[in-house]
Order: sequence, then structure tokens, then C-alpha cells
Amino acid sequence: MIRFKVNGKEKTFDGDPDMPLLWYLRDVAELTGTKFGCGMALCGACTVHQNGAAIRSCVTPMKAVGGAEITTIEGIAPLHPVQKAWMEIRVPQCGYCQTGQIMQAIALLKENKNPSDQDIDTAMSGNLCRCGTYQRIRAAIHQAAKETA
Amino acid sequence: MKSIENVSRPVSRHVSRRGFLHGALVSGVFVLSARFIPEPLWAAEGDAAAPFEPSLWMSIASDGTVTIVAHRSEMGCGSRTALPLVVADELDADWSKVKIEQAIGDPKYGEQDTDGSHSVRSNFDLMRQVGATGRAMLNSAAAAQWGVSPKDCTTEPHFIVHRASGRKLGYGEVAAGAAKLPVPKKEDVPLKSRSEWRYIGKEGNSLFDLPEIVTGKAIFGMDAIMPGMVFASVEHPPVLGQKIKSYDDKAALKVPGVQKTLTIEAFKPPHQFQPLGGVAVIADNTWAAFKGRKSLKVEWGSSPHSVYNSGPFRKTLEATSRQPGKVVRNVGDVDAAFVQSAKMGGKIVEAEYYTPHLAHVSMEPPVAVAEYRDGKVRAWAPTQNPQAVQETIAGVLGIKKEDVTCYVTLLGGGFGRKSKPDQVAEAAVLSKQLGKPVKVIWSREDDIHFDFFHSVAAMYMKAAVGPDGKPTAWLQRTVYPPINSTFDVSATYADDEMGLGWNNLPFDIANHRAENGPADYHVRIGWLRSVANIYHAFAIHSFADELAHNANKDSVQYLLDLIGPARIVSLDLKGDEAEDAKGYPLDTGRLRRVVEIAAEKSGWGKRSMDIGKGRGMGIAAHRSFLTYVATVVEVEVDSKGQVHIPNVWTAVDAGTIVSPDNIRNQFEGAAVFGTSLAMFSEITATNGVIDQSNFNNFQITRMNRAPRHVDVHIVESEAPPAGVGEPGVPPFAPALYNAVFAATGKRVRELPLSKTKLA
Repeated sequence: MIRFKVNGKEKTFDGDPDMPLLWYLRDVAELTGTKFGCGMALCGACTVHQNGAAIRSCVTPMKAVGGAEITTIEGIAPLHPVQKAWMEIRVPQCGYCQTGQIMQAIALLKENKNPSDQDIDTAMSGNLCRCGTYQRIRAAIHQAAKETA
Repeated sequence: MKSIENVSRPVSRHVSRRGFLHGALVSGVFVLSARFIPEPLWAAEGDAAAPFEPSLWMSIASDGTVTIVAHRSEMGCGSRTALPLVVADELDADWSKVKIEQAIGDPKYGEQDTDGSHSVRSNFDLMRQVGATGRAMLNSAAAAQWGVSPKDCTTEPHFIVHRASGRKLGYGEVAAGAAKLPVPKKEDVPLKSRSEWRYIGKEGNSLFDLPEIVTGKAIFGMDAIMPGMVFASVEHPPVLGQKIKSYDDKAALKVPGVQKTLTIEAFKPPHQFQPLGGVAVIADNTWAAFKGRKSLKVEWGSSPHSVYNSGPFRKTLEATSRQPGKVVRNVGDVDAAFVQSAKMGGKIVEAEYYTPHLAHVSMEPPVAVAEYRDGKVRAWAPTQNPQAVQETIAGVLGIKKEDVTCYVTLLGGGFGRKSKPDQVAEAAVLSKQLGKPVKVIWSREDDIHFDFFHSVAAMYMKAAVGPDGKPTAWLQRTVYPPINSTFDVSATYADDEMGLGWNNLPFDIANHRAENGPADYHVRIGWLRSVANIYHAFAIHSFADELAHNANKDSVQYLLDLIGPARIVSLDLKGDEAEDAKGYPLDTGRLRRVVEIAAEKSGWGKRSMDIGKGRGMGIAAHRSFLTYVATVVEVEVDSKGQVHIPNVWTAVDAGTIVSPDNIRNQFEGAAVFGTSLAMFSEITATNGVIDQSNFNNFQITRMNRAPRHVDVHIVESEAPPAGVGEPGVPPFAPALYNAVFAATGKRVRELPLSKTKLA
């Protein structure tokens, strides 16, 4: 039995310990804000926080989350300055990758209150967006940084 | 029978079967009938014989809530927001009181395939008419209540105002009265003047679904859940057309969570959008289905397509491109001009270009939920074309199209892939066998291996150049397996692709011939964002720049000289193409203008003078989907030969536009999409099997390699709306390659750039 927390709530899991956290969140907990994109930690659509740090839930097996605090996009409340900036700058097109982008950006700003373009590139280049909203993502992160400073 | 209201996730926010219709009828609210829609509009759009039902487009509840139906899919281009915005503007509605209901697939809405950048183009007038008619009826109802003439009343958002007395009535207050009125004739309904528009063309517009997207509440196809559904992952034949010889599922069935395996019959040629066939692993969750598949052993039969090898196939295409092909446009006499040029000691320039297959790789892989029950199917899918879902499932299961209901979720990208609903048909086939709802999830590997690929293409270009450096003759040949091969196994020549940047060269050249050569298909070929324009624009605008360099002329000035004076180009189109071109003549004045704007904004001339070794700028201008686009790309090539893109300037003339910021977003995105195909992406096949599998070997642009800054300039225009989803893509690759030439002196003639060493 694996015990952990998702968005502050106690959870237990006694299924396949190799099941990636992504599929637990989506299929078992029905928290579908976390997206499937590649299954190999190549695209970042599945990004969530484990004890505050950004991780790729598609390659994180359930056996590795025992005792952990997992935060998904559904657990980000009230609206985070990153989400506000995303809306003001109107970042999304299709929107599918954006919850992963936002979770990655929130983790970045936690570590680095005032990231440079270079810092943003380094932190965000693991998150793919096929619609190509990178310019707006960068602008929104700068704006959120100002907001939180 | 389960109703959608029982779906545990709020899919009904997007695909309500009853909420809209019943709510509207029960509460006696104003429901605007479709019957007033003038028939010619419908005739142009699709099935003119379709029965018109009431309450097709909008309703107003007594609390003032306006509900507008979106009948186009949202895949990131903004259609789902743009069309209701047009209705709301003409209705003079307060946008904050507007709800959007996503339409199911149904011919009563006309054509619903969200592709070809035409949602606004084809529906702008209709949506204006819907809104304006509602406004006129509300106006009349309020006037009747006050006992005044409708002419003495006007509107402000969500209110009817009596001018003389200043009295006001809310839309909700007069909705019931308006519903009892006859629908006025089109000629009796005034449309707003442009200066009265509150939303159309305004900066304040943002995507309707934005709040749900940033909070993770938006429902994509991947997020659709039905109670009692099972999860399926399908092992497809590695080579197109292979069938199952035998399979062993013993190990797969031992995987915890795996319930059983089922087979899906292979398609009957032509493959169209039918399932590929294969073995499905049915499981309690996605992970178990994926894991079970890894333990599955399948032996496949033979296929004629196992001969497909990308290297030799390229040589075949190139050889064909050197031979005369089918003439698709002829101006003057190219052959005589070449002979004449040779006699006069003129210069002949030849070049060959090559572009590979591409995969769409929408961030959301193909996925669908379907339930077969009592001979009927309900499907939830991220589809660009819900009517194709109906047709495909009906065809595969042998039921009536009307017995398939397709609810459209949001799409996690589409780019053309999601016009083809093979995965939705898989879910329906499996649900019929299992007697319960099934969710089919394609892995990224499935998505890349079994795409409807953007075609591989070879182009041959030849020009005779006069003493002034301008071509006196221009011959262009293009060869690729056509999209039509998806619908007709014997198709080897292109069809609609010719209109996508090949039979409409906008250059002022006395002798010009465009040809198309035949090619066989070995994988499923489909349309990908801007389609054949990608390779056609790459060849034409690379070649134009080669000629500029050859003539020792500035690239922008040379391009303007090629385009020639402002005029309407005669294209001699026939049939549908001629019909489509009505109202959208090829106007070189508009093309010149975007070139001039892009050049000016980029500081072309001033900046390029300063550019030293390793830095360069390039330009290309291409009209596609009736929109005029010019793009200047600036590159820096470092000592390792790696290309960086500090700046992109794009000028766009898309005619009348709805949401300027969304258009900037589309063109910023097109620069990134263009960077992917220009620099990184390539699909190849070995013995019929696709070599790439995931984002490690099919690469797309990441933030650190994307253009640092994309500047989009929208030309103000009152021309009819054209399109914005695709036209940003075609000029990008040639502009980038022309910049690389300016920076390095190396002329690269094939995509992607990663295959060529620049240092």
C-alpha cells in the first residue's frame, strides 16, 4: 500500500507499483488537468509537483511517490500569478500543453524569483508546444515574476 | 440508456445534447430559428437539402443568457470563439453573458470540417445575419411592449433603448416576446456598419475557453470519461496493408489490469479513414493497456508497401521531376523561350528541391471514447470533422450515419490529423464487441508510426534569365504521392494540391509552365497545416532568391520585380477552384504591400548592410488560403554551424479579421511550426516501417531553438475574410533558407536543415 498526498488530500494506492503517476492521476483519480503527451519525459505535458519540484509524472512510477506531496494543476488555488499572466498575455492556442507549461513555470519562479531569458529557456525547453506559443510563455513568466516580486 | 448528463466528467460543458435545446424550449425563451437563413448561403456551404431545425444557432433565456452554437471545432486556431463573437457583435450582446455550446456533427449545420483556414471565411456573413436578425426581433418586441415604432429604438449591449424616452429593456426581458414574432426577411434586417462593431476586429477578444485551459478544467478528447468504460491500446500493422497472420496474447493477459484482447479487421482499400486493423488490448486503465501491448506477439502478413524505403524513393521522385509531367498551368511558350534564350546566349538556371514526410504530432495524440448500444453509436472525440466521424463509423459498422452521434471535445492540436477519425472508428468497433464504452488511446509512438503523413516531395525548377536578370521563362515541376491516394488507390497525380501554391504563381513572367508528375503512395498521405504550400513555397521562393543572387540583385527588390506591377492575375481556374476564387482575386498589389511592410519593419537594406559573416536575412512572400503573407527571417549561424533565429517579421493581409491578437498568436506559432519543419523534422521509412517514434527522433522546435522574437504586422483591410490558421507556415522555410544563404553563402535545397552541415 502506497500512501501519499494529492493536492493536500491523503491517498492510498495498491495497484501496479510500476504504474506511472500520470495514469494514476488521470485514470484512477480522474484529475485530467495533467496531460499525456509522450510517455518518455520528452514533452512536459504531464508536469506536476512532487514536494514542490516539477517532475514528469509519465515516468514517475507510483512506487516512487510514497510519502510524497503531489500537486497537480487542480491543486493550484486560488489563481496563481502565473495563471493570471497566462490569461493576460493570452498564451494558449489549443491549450493542451499549457497546464504542464504552467506547472513548470510555477516551479521555476519558486526557485528563481527573477529569471532571465536564459534561465527561462533552460527551465522551459523540456516543455513542448506544437502550436508554438513559446514567445508568449516567456513574456508571461517575466510578467508573473514582476507580479510576485 | 445512459445520458451524457451521467458522464462523470463535465463533458457536457462542451457537448450538450439536451441542455441547450430543451432548456430553451421548456423555459419559453427566444429561440432564433434557422429558417430565416437564406438558402443560397446554405447551398454554398454544403447539403442544401438538409432539413432546417429550429434553435440551430442561438437562444436567449429570460435571465439574459445568450447561448450561441459553435459548429466548428476548436483546435487552437480560435474558430470556436471567433464565430460566436461575430453573432454576439451583430446581436449587440454583452459577451460576458454569452455561453457557447459546441455542436454535434450534423449536416444541418452545413459543412463542419474545421480545416483549410476557412471557418471565418465561409461563415462570417451567415453569423452576422444570425446576430442581426436576433437584434431586429428583440428590437421589435421591445417596441411593441412600449407601443412605439421599432425605428425609434436602438440597442446597447444587452439592452433595447427607446431613444426619445431613454427607457431600456434587457434582452432577457423581451426574449419571450421576440420568440413569438415572425422571422424577418434578410433584406429587412440591418447589419451593423463596420464602425459600429464592438468585437469584430477588436483587441479585447480572447479565447472563450481561456479560464478553463489555464486551470486544467478544459475538456479535451483525452479527458472524456464515461462510467463503465474500458481502456484500449491497439497494436497496428507496422506496414500499411498488412494483416494479422497469428498472434499470441498469453503474456499480455497476465499483465495486471489487462482484461482481454480483441482484433480489429483491417481496412478494405482504399483505406480512407478506416481503422488500420490490428490487435487491441483491453484493460482497466491506460497503463495496463500499454503494458499489455508490450507483451503481445503478433505475426503480420505481407504487404506491397514493404518495398518502401525513403532513400531510393527520393531518387524515383527526383527522376520523375526531371521528366515532363502533366501541365497544370501554361502561360506563353516556355519551350520556345528556352530555345530563344539559348540562341541569344542567355543564362539557364536549374535547381532541385526536396522535402520529406512530416508527422503532425499534435500534443494530444489521437484518442476517442465511443459507446455502441442498440445499433447506435455515441462518440466523444477531439475531431476536426464530426460528420466524417459519423460517416466513417457508419461505413465500418454498416449502420446509418444518422445513428452515429459525435460530440466534439476541445482538440489538443489538430493540424489536419484530426480530420481523419480512424481512432474513433476503432473505439466504436471495440465497443460493439465488448458491449461497453471504450476509450482508445494512441501512444505517441502510434501517432508517429501511423499518421496520415504530410507528403514527401521533389521539385524541379528551371528558368531562362534575360540580360536584366529577370526570368523570361520559368518552368516548375512537382512530384509527390497525392492526398487522393487515401481515397483512390490508383491516384498518382495531385488534385487539390495544385491550388496550394502551384497553379497560381503570382509572378510577372511572360512564359511560365507548371507541371505535376506521378508518384505512388506507400503510407497514408494526408493534409498537414498549409499542406502542399509547404513544399511548393519552399521551391518557388528558394528559387526566386537563387535568381536574385544570380542577377546580383537585392532579394526584396528582385522579389518585387518578379511580382511585377499591381494587377489581378488571371489564373484560368475551373470548377470549384473558380468558384472559390470569386471575391478573392489574386491581387499582386496586396502581395507587394506585405512584402514592402515586412521589409520595412525588418529594417531590410539598412540592417542587411551591417550584417557580417554568419548573420543574414531572407525573405519569402506567399499567398495561401487567400491570405497574403510576407516573412523576413534573420539568422545567426555560429561557429559550430548551429542556426539561431533572433528575429522574424511577418506582414499579413487576411482581409477582414475578427480577433487581431489571436491572429498574432497564429502567426507567432506558424513561425515556430515553420522552424520545426525547416530545421528539425523528418519522417523516413525502411521496408515500409516508419523509422521515427517519439520526440527524441522526430524533433520539433523547443523554446531554446525557437525564434527569439516574432513581430506580426496585420494589414488593415476591408476585403472579405480569408484565413489565418495556416498561411503563416509556407513562407517561413524559404525565408529561413534564404537567410542561411545570406549568412553562409551555402544554398541548401532540402528540408530539414539539420541534415546539412553548415560549418
